[in-house]
Amino acid sequence: MTDIQYLAPTSLDEAISAYAGANGTGRILAGGTDLLVQMQAGMVAPGLIVDIKNIAEVTGIEETAEGGFIVGAAVSGAALEKHAGFAEAWPGVLEGLNLIGSTQIQGRASLGGNLCNGSPAADSVPAMVAAGAILTVQGPDGRREIAVEDVPTGPGKTSLKPGEIAVSFAFPARAVGQGDAYLRMIPRTEMDIAVVGVGVNLTLEGGVCTAARVGLGAVAPTVLLVEDAAKALIGTKLEDSALEAAAAACSAACNPIDDKRGTIAYRTQVAGVLLKRTAGIAAERTLRT
Amino acid sequence: MSGSDNKWIGENTIRPDGADKVTGRAAFAADTSMPGMIWGKVLRSPHAHAVIKGIDTSKAEALPGVKAVMTAADIVDFPTDTPVALGIQDMRWMCRNVMAREKALFHGHPVAAVAAMTEAIAAEACKLIEVDYEVLPHAIEIDDALAPDAPILHDFIEFEGKPSNIAGTIEHTKGDVEAGFAEADVVIERDFTTRPVHQGYIEPHACLVSVASDNKTTIWSSSQGQFMVRAMVGLLTGLTQSDIRAIPAEIGGGFGGKTIVYLEPLATILSKKSGRPVKMTMTREEVMRASGPTSGSKSTIKIGVKKDGTITAAEGIYWLQAGGLPGAPVRGAVGCALAPYDIANGHTLGYDVVCNRSKVAAYRAPGAPIGAFGVECVIDELAEAIGMDPLDLRLKNAAREGTQAVHGPTYPVMGYVESLTSAKAHEHYNAPLGPNQGRGVASGFWFNAGGESSAQVNITEDGNVVVTTGHPDIGGSRAGIANICAELLGIDYKRISVLIGDTATIGFSNLTGGSRVLFASSMVVTESTKNIIRTLCELAAKIWDIDPDAVEWEDGAARPAGANAGQFDPLTLAELAARANETGGPIGAGAQVNTTGAEGGFGTHICDVEVDPELGIARVIRYTVLQDVGRAVHPAYVEGQMQGGAAQAIGWALNEEYLYDKDGKVDNPGFLDYRMPVASDLPMLDTHIIEIPNPKHPQGVRGVGEVPLVPGLSAVRNAVYNAIGIRFNDLPLSPPRILAALDVREAAE
Amino acid sequence: MAKLHISTTINGEPEEFLCTPDETMLDVLRNQLDLTGAKEGCGSGDCGACSITLDGTLVCSCLMLAAEAEGKKITTIEGMAEGETLHPLQQKFLEEAALQCGICTPGMLIAAKALLDENPDPTETEVRFWLAGNLCRCTGYDKIIRAVLDTAADMRGAA
Repeated sequence: MTDIQYLAPTSLDEAISAYAGANGTGRILAGGTDLLVQMQAGMVAPGLIVDIKNIAEVTGIEETAEGGFIVGAAVSGAALEKHAGFAEAWPGVLEGLNLIGSTQIQGRASLGGNLCNGSPAADSVPAMVAAGAILTVQGPDGRREIAVEDVPTGPGKTSLKPGEIAVSFAFPARAVGQGDAYLRMIPRTEMDIAVVGVGVNLTLEGGVCTAARVGLGAVAPTVLLVEDAAKALIGTKLEDSALEAAAAACSAACNPIDDKRGTIAYRTQVAGVLLKRTAGIAAERTLRT
Repeated sequence: MSGSDNKWIGENTIRPDGADKVTGRAAFAADTSMPGMIWGKVLRSPHAHAVIKGIDTSKAEALPGVKAVMTAADIVDFPTDTPVALGIQDMRWMCRNVMAREKALFHGHPVAAVAAMTEAIAAEACKLIEVDYEVLPHAIEIDDALAPDAPILHDFIEFEGKPSNIAGTIEHTKGDVEAGFAEADVVIERDFTTRPVHQGYIEPHACLVSVASDNKTTIWSSSQGQFMVRAMVGLLTGLTQSDIRAIPAEIGGGFGGKTIVYLEPLATILSKKSGRPVKMTMTREEVMRASGPTSGSKSTIKIGVKKDGTITAAEGIYWLQAGGLPGAPVRGAVGCALAPYDIANGHTLGYDVVCNRSKVAAYRAPGAPIGAFGVECVIDELAEAIGMDPLDLRLKNAAREGTQAVHGPTYPVMGYVESLTSAKAHEHYNAPLGPNQGRGVASGFWFNAGGESSAQVNITEDGNVVVTTGHPDIGGSRAGIANICAELLGIDYKRISVLIGDTATIGFSNLTGGSRVLFASSMVVTESTKNIIRTLCELAAKIWDIDPDAVEWEDGAARPAGANAGQFDPLTLAELAARANETGGPIGAGAQVNTTGAEGGFGTHICDVEVDPELGIARVIRYTVLQDVGRAVHPAYVEGQMQGGAAQAIGWALNEEYLYDKDGKVDNPGFLDYRMPVASDLPMLDTHIIEIPNPKHPQGVRGVGEVPLVPGLSAVRNAVYNAIGIRFNDLPLSPPRILAALDVREAAE
Repeated sequence: MAKLHISTTINGEPEEFLCTPDETMLDVLRNQLDLTGAKEGCGSGDCGACSITLDGTLVCSCLMLAAEAEGKKITTIEGMAEGETLHPLQQKFLEEAALQCGICTPGMLIAAKALLDENPDPTETEVRFWLAGNLCRCTGYDKIIRAVLDTAADMRGAA
């Protein structure tokens, strides 16, 4: 049996030092909803587990002076849901995070874990990509910021360097006329991994879409930022033809696989359907804000 | 029994095991431990089909902490040419299923087992066992196994004189189907498939076994039959049954899947070898890879009707997957398929097909849902073809008292017709539907079983009652037994404790299966209780010094039978119990009966679905189960059976299936991707209890638990047809399948 | 493997135990502390049979390291009743036959209590989605959902 260590440091420096010193055998424990499953299945056998939940910076939610939000990477879905300001500003991001697993999973699962696990089907990631969220990471060489869409590099892989830990996500301030949403397709109503997931973030001015971002999950080796879909929406009043064009762009962006959760044909078709539905919800939310 | 004057029968009393179960105290198999206990773990085949040329366990045995290692060589061998039946099982197959002997027959087939100080050490030791495999080509699907060049799983199986994967057939014939089809105005013939589905009990298999140096063996395990466990462990280990005490732990769901043993014989051998108590539990992955499920199937159904709806002939040909060893539930498929109908000319034939999957186990009305699926779909299509309401078509041909079924028996009084007429009149059947919504109906039958049952009823010194029976209670049967005993004795049900005895403390009882438990155990409890009442009357007669025949039992007390019997104050159960020693001694009675008269059960289901035509998702939005239950002794638990069966049927119809990779390995061995219904998937499941008492039972009970799985697959499928106009003949109706069919139609238009 | 010494509070009582770094809370509850009310149905967070609360938040104890219990407050099914008095949910489950085999019941009750603590007046849909992570194969959920809704109504009436 391999020896294994558990640390629960209270400072980021301490965590990074231990994690970087583990020579690649370390694993970060936030909510543990992926890590423990992988350990139980024998997929990973860490030499060191660094529990980051005792570090204030990765477990806090802060509203910035500009009206944006800094959300700690290990904040659980249940905790983020209780933050009224965030829920109002970024309902789509919250939808994504809160669709991961059960209520029990919500008690633990975090944005940082969901992103850094590197699953192409991670529910919160398309919504964060659409939101334009920025991840702050810290490692032995200091801090840096990465756009969320640049974090995943392949199934189970991220652009974090050895020893780097996800610290927090920055979400921009919201203005009148902005809204976001996330929808996914699963066979059941709950408890499944997304077959397709779509996050849309829109700005409408006088009924015209002036800005849009579209994140697309579970249809390629990584979550995608679909710029062609956004372009198809910008400058339109989200009329049917614009939505059809954006849907076609989403379907065109798909590079899925046939697996136990869905077929290539199904995923490609459904990506477009979900784009239209998600954009509709996001647009409705722009009226509310 | 009319029921209207009953005090406890028909009441939703609190179950005797309830408080333990809501406080976490109830002891399930994995909750039990013993001093000195060690842990067992199974090494499983990484291949779907392979000859085992040799096993070297020496490295595992040398690992510190390992206390015993076993292989098939430690298990009694039952040669393949001599059947040894135990219930519906054959020990030739059981001895090869609990541990691979000549061959590994599926990925996950046990090959060896280790007992060690910790589970981790046992798992480590399993990795050190060296198995020399000769990997063979595998056959997972029925068509793979039936192909001319199919890998043959067993050289001892021949069919029509040639080596084959067809291990047997069952056939029923009535009348002349060819002549019947010639009389029909409309004949419809369709091919169907259903996928293997797992019973899905939430509690993985678990046991704790202690074998002492004198071979005295105690087994705590999660099973549907402690006597089945005792017999199978005895046969597989060579221990004598009188040395084995099998204790039924509380069981966390079975649905048929715990009517056979997996871990118990292994833990027994490991305990005997190590001299320590051994605990074994399966992981969910092991459950999914190596236990259950029920068969996948393909079938061809052909039914002919006249324009007036009379079915002139019906035929069903079925192929059912058995898994690696023979024993698919062919009988249920060919026997139940046509059972709801009065058909002059019928023919059913089923094939038992072995393939490289885990051996099937019973699952709730084994085979019957498979049998009913295609039949109920074709009947739906025929109804449309002749312009008749699908319930009316069924009613026109409904089996009734006196009907001779295609599978043989002539029916006694029973309530199938009432399930149809109630469905027709039900508000649900006549409610409006919205866009993309559809409604389907289907019917189903299950044989139900009686069989051996034992009970002991004892009166405590303080005048209360302890009832012991021998069937593990999975769905609340103890509550039903308490109701019956309370009714007979005329006392509050809370004064009655109902327990499930172990193999040393209660007489032989057949396992919990076949919807037999309340039917059979209430017969022996009734007989025992009536004997006690006779004794109590005799004691009162002695005290009063009158003739025992002049004493009657009413409202929990002995009373003079009439004015002529004399004037005496009633003697209550408590008063008689307190004076038992002076009047005769302990008060108790037992009964052991091979019960008969179970009689079949029928039900009809109404299902509404809503289909999302852009995503292909079908959701059940309303569901009603109508069933003749004979007598609902505890209505809430009767409803629970009807609802639970319907929920499982919905899962089978919509999402549940095993997915195999190209190496013959299950690709979805967990609850994440083996998609059983979750709470948010289902609507409330309405029930309509019909009570046509079974004349052969003292309380009128019929089996309830299995029927409600049977009609559901077709009810859902017929509802999807009604919603979108596409008839699916292959399950499950998963979103990609529905969307693809919608696309094909759109392209054609 | 060096063991960790953990001090925590379980069902209101201080508790100490030793665990290996990779041991789950569920294993410690069941195998060391004799708290076998939490069940292992899957070991992967898909069935909810091992549900507990951690500082008041509903979690799967199979997906929590025992070491994470340090300084926290844990509630299990064994701590749900007040002495001899069952929690209203426990009582209602009995009265309405909201259990059959009973293996999912401890987790279902813990999860339902966490819901009612947060939302005393849930809709049927809210109850269904909250409990979606608690699998039951026996009941079809009907009586469970009704029992939770009826308990909520009773508790609102009593409050």
